[in-house]
Amino acid sequence: MAGSCHLRVGRCRASEDGIAAIPAGVFLDLQIVDRVGGNRETFASMGRWLRERLAYVTGPQMAGPLVPVVAVLAAFLIGAGMLLALGANPLEGYQALLKGAFGDVDALADTALKSMPLLLVGIGICIAFRASVINIGGEGQMIAGAILSTLVALSCGDLPRPVLVPLVLVGGLVGGAIWGAIPGALKAYSGVNEILSTIMLNIVAVQLMNFLLRDLIMDPYEKEHGRLPQTQRLSENSDLPLLPGGTRLHIGVLVAVGMAGLAYVLLWRTSLGYRLRAVGHSSAAARYAGMPVKRTIVAALTFSGAMCGLAGAILVFGSESHRFVTDGSSVGFTGSAGFNGIVTALFGGLHPLWTIPSSFFFGGLQFGANAMQRAVQVPAALIVGLNGLVVVFVVSSDRLRRVVSESWGQGRAIGRERATSRSGEPALAMSEELDCGP
Amino acid sequence: MNEFFTVASLVFVVGSGIRLATPFLLAGLGETIGQRSGVLNLGVDGVMLLGAFGAYWTILETRSPIAGILVGIAVGLVMGLIYGVITVSLRAEQGISGIGIFLFGLGISDLLFQKKVGTPMPIRGFGDLHLPLLADIPKVGEMFFQHSVLVYIAFLLVPVVAFFLNHTTFGLNVRAVGENPAAADSLGVSVLRVRYTTILLANGLAGLAGAVLAAELGIFQQNLTNGQGFIAIALVYFGAWRPIGVMGGALLFGMVSATVLQWKTLGLVSGAASSLTAMAPAVLTILALVAISRTVGQPAALTRPFDRGQ
Repeated sequence: MAGSCHLRVGRCRASEDGIAAIPAGVFLDLQIVDRVGGNRETFASMGRWLRERLAYVTGPQMAGPLVPVVAVLAAFLIGAGMLLALGANPLEGYQALLKGAFGDVDALADTALKSMPLLLVGIGICIAFRASVINIGGEGQMIAGAILSTLVALSCGDLPRPVLVPLVLVGGLVGGAIWGAIPGALKAYSGVNEILSTIMLNIVAVQLMNFLLRDLIMDPYEKEHGRLPQTQRLSENSDLPLLPGGTRLHIGVLVAVGMAGLAYVLLWRTSLGYRLRAVGHSSAAARYAGMPVKRTIVAALTFSGAMCGLAGAILVFGSESHRFVTDGSSVGFTGSAGFNGIVTALFGGLHPLWTIPSSFFFGGLQFGANAMQRAVQVPAALIVGLNGLVVVFVVSSDRLRRVVSESWGQGRAIGRERATSRSGEPALAMSEELDCGP
Repeated sequence: MNEFFTVASLVFVVGSGIRLATPFLLAGLGETIGQRSGVLNLGVDGVMLLGAFGAYWTILETRSPIAGILVGIAVGLVMGLIYGVITVSLRAEQGISGIGIFLFGLGISDLLFQKKVGTPMPIRGFGDLHLPLLADIPKVGEMFFQHSVLVYIAFLLVPVVAFFLNHTTFGLNVRAVGENPAAADSLGVSVLRVRYTTILLANGLAGLAGAVLAAELGIFQQNLTNGQGFIAIALVYFGAWRPIGVMGGALLFGMVSATVLQWKTLGLVSGAASSLTAMAPAVLTILALVAISRTVGQPAALTRPFDRGQ
C-alpha cells in the first residue's frame, strides 16, 4: 500500500511540470492541480522527469516513452513480414527507406517539409483530444484553410510581401478555425457527435474544393486546355520565404515548430488550457467547478481547426508550383495528413512539443517510402498501412501493459494501481454524454 | 430542368438509386448491429476497401463472383476478429482504433492492388437477375426488379436484422449489452461473447459491402470507396439505430447521387457544379443529426469498453 501511495505522489509531481507530460502511453497524466509559477525549477523538474522515466523503463511496468517505440517496432516487424511475403528483402527496403528519409541534408529538408502538415495537424489533435473532443475533421479543416488563404492571395495579390505572407497564413488559421468551430458549436449546443459532424464536414470541404478549383478560382489556362483542377500561379508576394542553406526548406516549417511551442503554452500556461484539460478530464467536474464547458468545447475545436487550416495554407504557399492543386480524389490535396496527424499526435503522447520529433519521424517514413518503393519495388502505400497499425498498437497498449506487468509476477496490486491511475487520464470515451448542465 | 422531370429520368434515378444504396445499406446494417451492442467501428471504410480488394482479386483470378463475395466476407470477419481483440479484450479507445483500422485498410488494399494487379482490369460481377413476372411490369419492373442478386439480398437483410434485434433472445442481449453492460453481465449475459459476435457480424457485412461495391463496379482502384464507409456510419445515426431508418437513409443517399448523375448526363449541371450537389448528402446528414440528437438517444454504452472488475 505504501508503495502505491508513493507512486501516486510521484505521478502528481510529474504532471506538475508540464514538460513531464511526455508519452506515458497515449494518455498522459493530467491532474487537476493548479499550477502557479511552474517555470521556476525547470532543470530540477527535468531531472525528476528523467528519473521518473528511467524508473518506468527499468521497472516492471514498461510504461513511458517505450510504448510508442514498441508500437512502431511491432508495426515494422509486421511490415517486414509483408515485405517478405511480397518477395522483397525487408532489410534492404527499410535501409532504403531510412536513407531516403534521413540520409543527407536534402533528404532531411524534404522530410521536414513532409512533416510540416503532420506536425500542425498533430498539434491540433493534441488540443482537441486533451479536451476529450475527437477531431476527425483535419482533412476538411486543412482544405478550408487552404481555400480561405487562396482567396486572400487572389484578391489582395498586390500587397507587399511582408504584409501578404502573414495575411495568407492568418487566412489559413481563420478558415480552419471556422471549419472547426462548426462541429464544436454543434456538439456543445445541439449535442451532435463531433466524430460524425467532422467526417461530414470533410466531405463538404472536399466537394467545395473540387467545385472551386474546377470553376470559380480555376486557372484560366487550365479552363481552356488541360482541365487540371488547380488555381493559377498565386501572387509571388505570397510565396513563403525560403530559409538560408540552399535547401527547399521554407519559413512554414519554422511557423509549425513555433506553433507547437504556442500550443504548449496554451495548454499548460493559460487558464483556457487549464479549462480545456479539465473538461477533457471530466466535463461534469469542470461544470461543478463553474467552468463554461460548452464554450470550452467550441474553443477546443476552433483552435484545433485553426492549426489544421494553417497546415493547408502552408501546403499551398510553400508548394513548388505555388498553386492550390488537387487531383479530384478526396485526399488529393491533403495526402491524408488530416488522418495521419492523429498518428503523430498519439505517438507524441498528445503533447505538442513531443509531436515535433514524432511528426519528423512519420514525415520521414512517408518521404522515405518512395525511396523504398524504388529500391525493392514495394508500393509506398505500405507505410500508410503501417501507420494504421501504429495507431492500433498505441491505443491498445494501456491494457497490454497491464497484462504484461501482471504476468511478470507483480500480482494484482500493480494491475489495480494501473486501474486506479486511469482516472488521471483524459476521459477519452468520446461519445460520452457531454455534461453541460441544464 | 424540364428534361429532368420525365418518366425515363424517374426510372433511372430510382433504379440506380437502389443500386448505389446497396453498399451503404450493407455496411450500415452491420454498423447498426455493432453499435446496438455498444461498439463503434470507425474502421468500416478500411474493412470495405480490404473486402473490395479481396473480392476483386478473387473474381479476377477465378472468374467466380460467388467466390469473390465469400472472400470479401471472410476478409471482413478476419478484420472483425482483430477489431474485437483491440476494442473488447484490450479495451482500447474505439474511435481512435477505428481510424487505425481505416488507415490500415486504405494502405494495405492499395499496396496489394499495386503489387498483385497493377493496372486496373475489369471483372464481371453478377448479371442482373430479372425476377419472373415482376420484372416485366413496365417501368416498375425496371426500377425495382432488374437488379443483381446482391441488391435483393441487401434489402432482404433489413427485416432480418430488425427481427434479429427486436424479437430474438440474442437481439435482446445485444441491446442490453449496448445499454447497460454491467446489468447484462449480472444477469449472466456474456458481454464479451455478445460484443465479439456483433463485431464479427458488423465487419463481415462491411467486407460484403466492399465486395458488392467491387463486383458491381467491376473494377478496383486506390481508395475505391472514397469515404463510403464513413457515410455508412453516419447513416446509422441518421436512421436512429433502426435497420429501417438506415435503409431510408441509404436510399436517400443513393437517390441523391443518382439524381446528380442524371443531371450530369442531361447536361443540366456542369462537372464542377455537380461537386456542389454531391455535398447535399453530407449536409443533410448533419441537419438530421441536429434534428435527432434532441429526441433519440444513442445506445447508452456506445464506445464504452466493458471491464468486469470496475
